[in-house]
Amino acid sequence: MSGLTGAYVPGGSLLHRLPAGAKLAGLAVSCTALLLLRSPAALAGAAAAVVLLYAVSGVGLAAAWAQVRPVRWFAVALFGVQLVFADLPTAASSTLRVVLAVALAGLVTLTTRTSALMACLERCLAPARFAGLDPFRLSLLLSLTLRSVPVIADLVTRVREAQRARGVERSPRAFAVPLVVGALRHADALGEALAARGLDD
Amino acid sequence: MTDEQSPPRRRFPAADVARVSVFAALIAVLGMPGALNIFGDAVPITLQTLGVMLAGAILGTWRSALAIVVLLVLVAAGLPLLAGGRGGLGVFTGPSAGFLIGWLPGAALTGWIVERGGRTPSTVRLVAACLAGGVGVVYLCGIPVQALVTGLSLGKTALLSAAFLPGDLAKAVLASIVARGTQRAYPDAVPAVHRERLRAGGR
Repeated sequence: MSGLTGAYVPGGSLLHRLPAGAKLAGLAVSCTALLLLRSPAALAGAAAAVVLLYAVSGVGLAAAWAQVRPVRWFAVALFGVQLVFADLPTAASSTLRVVLAVALAGLVTLTTRTSALMACLERCLAPARFAGLDPFRLSLLLSLTLRSVPVIADLVTRVREAQRARGVERSPRAFAVPLVVGALRHADALGEALAARGLDD
Repeated sequence: MTDEQSPPRRRFPAADVARVSVFAALIAVLGMPGALNIFGDAVPITLQTLGVMLAGAILGTWRSALAIVVLLVLVAAGLPLLAGGRGGLGVFTGPSAGFLIGWLPGAALTGWIVERGGRTPSTVRLVAACLAGGVGVVYLCGIPVQALVTGLSLGKTALLSAAFLPGDLAKAVLASIVARGTQRAYPDAVPAVHRERLRAGGR
């Protein structure tokens, strides 16, 4: 979808074949368990389990690292802070807990198609129909948002160019106000088009 | 045969579907790498929280909360829509998950305060709304979750988060200036005005 893709790695492992809902529930349970584990030995066991799960999934090292990469500096800082304020076992276990939770969630992302996860999350949001948001509108909202990302990114480029032409490159206001007004104009035109197609009938 | 009673007003008209999704997309775009370092190229600041505050100030309570839900669902599904191309379930189990979840009540509170300002919310009100919602609520949600995940005490976590406070305060002020400018240029960007128009137009 216009360059926006998830991190899904195709495969046929047991983890790939599990339904998305089961994986999400499993993730919630294991993250709670991680929070309750306090001893370094137990966390080391959890780390071994996570490594084993990654091995079973067969997603590869590069994909695994890409999931954990965003927290690398945070992990280093946390380890340092804990080392100063507490001791080595505490530092190791709290850093491990953060990395493991992110790695586990990353594993679900890597082994589940974006469309399957989205369908599952949409079902979770189904009770929104009591607030007037039926399933059709909900999925329209999600797909319309995805479609709007490149449109707004285009708008950003145009506003930047206009800003350069006016010689006000440094003014945040001269950037953001036209951008937001442009986005609103686009949204309201889109709303009228949707209404014209009978969405409100 | 026509129904004598007027049909129940749709609680979620097409105009709102469009605004909510465009603002969710706007928040995503504001976090895209290299897209916008508006303070010259010196400070690589992510403007995503700016988008959250703007969504609150312009969409109002419910619509802005829904825009955040839509964005977070897409992120959870694995799309790289957060600042720096982050996405996937990892952000919801990571140390800054609370700050992310806090966007939801944060945008809603911003919207609530702005809605109380009627047809022409003043700059002071906008600043207060962005500070309370976009900074206060977000930190209130973010710090305890981070403390829980990392095992650090609340005080130490708050101290660590204080490093981001100056930038966030600046963004709150910028967001209110931008919201004020937008609402002057496009009166329909005021939640109260928009609601009145929807009522009058029957849409």
